[in-house]
Amino acid sequence: MSLKVRIKKKFKGFLLNVNFEACCDNGEYLGLLGSSGSGKSMTLKCIAGVETPDEGYIELNGRVVFDSNKKINIKPQERNVGYLFQNYALFPHMTAEENIGIGLKLSKKEKKYKLNELIKTFKLEGLEKKYPSQLSGGQQQRVALARILAYEPDVLLLDEPFSALDTYLKEKLQNEILDFLLTYHGMVIMVTHSRDEVYKFCKNLCIIDNGKMILTGKTKDIFKQPKLLKVAKLIGCKNFSSCEILSSNSIYAIDWNLKLKLENSLTDNYDYISVREHTFKISDEDEFKMGENIIECKIIKVIEEVFEYIIVFENINNKKNKVPIWYKTKKDEWDKRKDKDRLFLRIPEEAILLIKNSN
Amino acid sequence: MDYSPILISLKTASLSIVITFFIGIFAAKWVVELKSQKAKIIIDGLLTMPLVLPPTVLGFFILYILGVKRPLGRLLLEFFSVKIVFSWSATVIAAVAVSFPLMYRSARGAFEQVDKNFIQAARTLGMCERSIFWRIIMPLALPGVTSGGILSFTRGLGEFGATAMIAGNIANKTRTLPLAIYSEVAAGDMEGAYEYVVIVLIVSFIVLSLMNYFTIKESKYSNKDVIK
Repeated sequence: MSLKVRIKKKFKGFLLNVNFEACCDNGEYLGLLGSSGSGKSMTLKCIAGVETPDEGYIELNGRVVFDSNKKINIKPQERNVGYLFQNYALFPHMTAEENIGIGLKLSKKEKKYKLNELIKTFKLEGLEKKYPSQLSGGQQQRVALARILAYEPDVLLLDEPFSALDTYLKEKLQNEILDFLLTYHGMVIMVTHSRDEVYKFCKNLCIIDNGKMILTGKTKDIFKQPKLLKVAKLIGCKNFSSCEILSSNSIYAIDWNLKLKLENSLTDNYDYISVREHTFKISDEDEFKMGENIIECKIIKVIEEVFEYIIVFENINNKKNKVPIWYKTKKDEWDKRKDKDRLFLRIPEEAILLIKNSN
Repeated sequence: MDYSPILISLKTASLSIVITFFIGIFAAKWVVELKSQKAKIIIDGLLTMPLVLPPTVLGFFILYILGVKRPLGRLLLEFFSVKIVFSWSATVIAAVAVSFPLMYRSARGAFEQVDKNFIQAARTLGMCERSIFWRIIMPLALPGVTSGGILSFTRGLGEFGATAMIAGNIANKTRTLPLAIYSEVAAGDMEGAYEYVVIVLIVSFIVLSLMNYFTIKESKYSNKDVIK
C-alpha cells in the first residue's frame, strides 16, 4: 500500500501545499495531525477526488489518480477510496439499511446477504429500519463505517472520526472502531487534531501546519523528539524556554534562568528546549546543592484535575522573567508529600527536548 | 353558470405544471452545475426575466416566434397543420412561460441548499451522477421543489396577460377563469364574475394549504420527531 501526494490548492485565501509519501502495511494507520484550518481535510478530499487540486500529482497504490500535467483526474467513483466524513454524511431520508446498501452493485440476493453480514459485523441488528436521526452518535458512526466498508475500498480516509462524539463515548468508541477495523486490510489515513487519537491509532504521522507538511515520521519518534516548535505544541508540550548553547553538552534555558546538562553532545543548533510536564522528578535540597538540572520551585498555583494535579511554578532563582512552568503529578504522590511549600524538581537529562523554530 | 372556463383553466394549469415542473428542474440542475460564475449570472438572469416582465411582453415574444406569419409558426402550420396561436395549446404555452421562473428559482434554491457532504459522500460510494441526482439531491430538495411546483401551478391558474395576447378569449376554447372574469365584468355581469372569483379563491386557497401541509410533513427526517 503506498500513497504519493504532491498537490497545491488555493482556497479561501489560503494555500495548501502538501507533499508527502507514505507506505503502510495492511491495517496500519497514517495520521495527519494539524490544528483546525490547517488544510488536513482538504488534503483528504483531494485524495478522495471530491475536491480537485489546482496542480500536482496523486498516486494511490501505484495508480495515478491525479496528474495536472497529464490532465489525469480520475472520478471519485472510480478511485475506490472510502471516506468517513466528519459528520458521517448519512443520507437522512434513507434507513440505516438503505444507507449501507446504496453503493452496492450486486444482485438482490447477494445484496441481502452482504447487508446481513455487515449489519452483524457492525452490531446494528434491530436498527436496520431506523433513520439516521433516530440513531445515537455511535450507531451513526457504525452505519457510516459499514456503508464505506460495504464498498470494499482500497484506502480508508477518516476525517476527524471522533470529533462529533461526546467525550464519555469517545474512548469506548475508539476501541470499538479499532476492533472493527482489524477486519479491514487496506491503508487507513486518519485526519485529526487530537494527539491522543494519533498516538493510539497511527504508526506513522505527518504534521501539517498552515497548509504545509512540516514533519513526517514514526509517531512514537515524533512524540519522543518533536524537533520543531509547532510540532511540540501540537503534541501537547506546555513548557518552553528559549535557549543558548554553552558547550557541547550543556545548555542555558534563558526563560527559566537555568543551566542544564544534556544527555548527548550537541550536533546542531537549537532555539528552544522543552520539558514535558510529567517528566520532572521530585528532588530535595541536598541534591539541589550538589547536583545538576534541579530547580528550586516557587509554587504559584495548584490546579486539581480528575486524577492529577498541575503544579504551576517558577524558578525561584529567576528574577528577570517570571515564566510559569507546569508540573503534572499523580494525586496520591502529591498528597503523600509532607512539606508542600518547598519543592525541588529535577529535570532528567533524557527528558530535555531540543527544539528548532523551523526546518 | 358556464362551467367551461373552470374546466379549461384546470386542464391548462394541470398540463402546464407538468411541463413547467420538468423544464424548471432541469434548468435549475443545469445552472447549479455550471462551473463559470459569469455564465451562471447571465443565464440565471435570462431564465428569471419572465418573472419580472409584464405578461404582455411575454405574449408579444411568443407571438413573434409562433405567429402564423413567422417562420416557426408557418412551418408548423404548413407541414404539420398545427396552428398554435389562438388555440387551447396557446393557453398552456402562456401558462408555462409565466410560471417557469417560479419553478426554476425554487428548485435551484432547494438544490443549492443540499449539503455538499452528501453529494461528495455519494460520489466516494461509487454512485453515478444521475443516481446521485435522483436518489440523493431530489429527495433532500423535495420540500423546496414541491412548493415551487405549487406556486407555479397557482401562477399558471391565474395567468391572464400572455394568454389574452396569444390565445385570445374564445369561449369554450381558450377562455380561462381569469379571462372569463374579465369578460363578465366587461359585459357588466357582476353576478357572473362573482361566481368565478369565488371559485378562483377556493382553488388557490386549497392549493396553498396543501403547500404548507407538505412543508410541515417534510420535517420527517429532522430530529423533532425523535425527541417527541
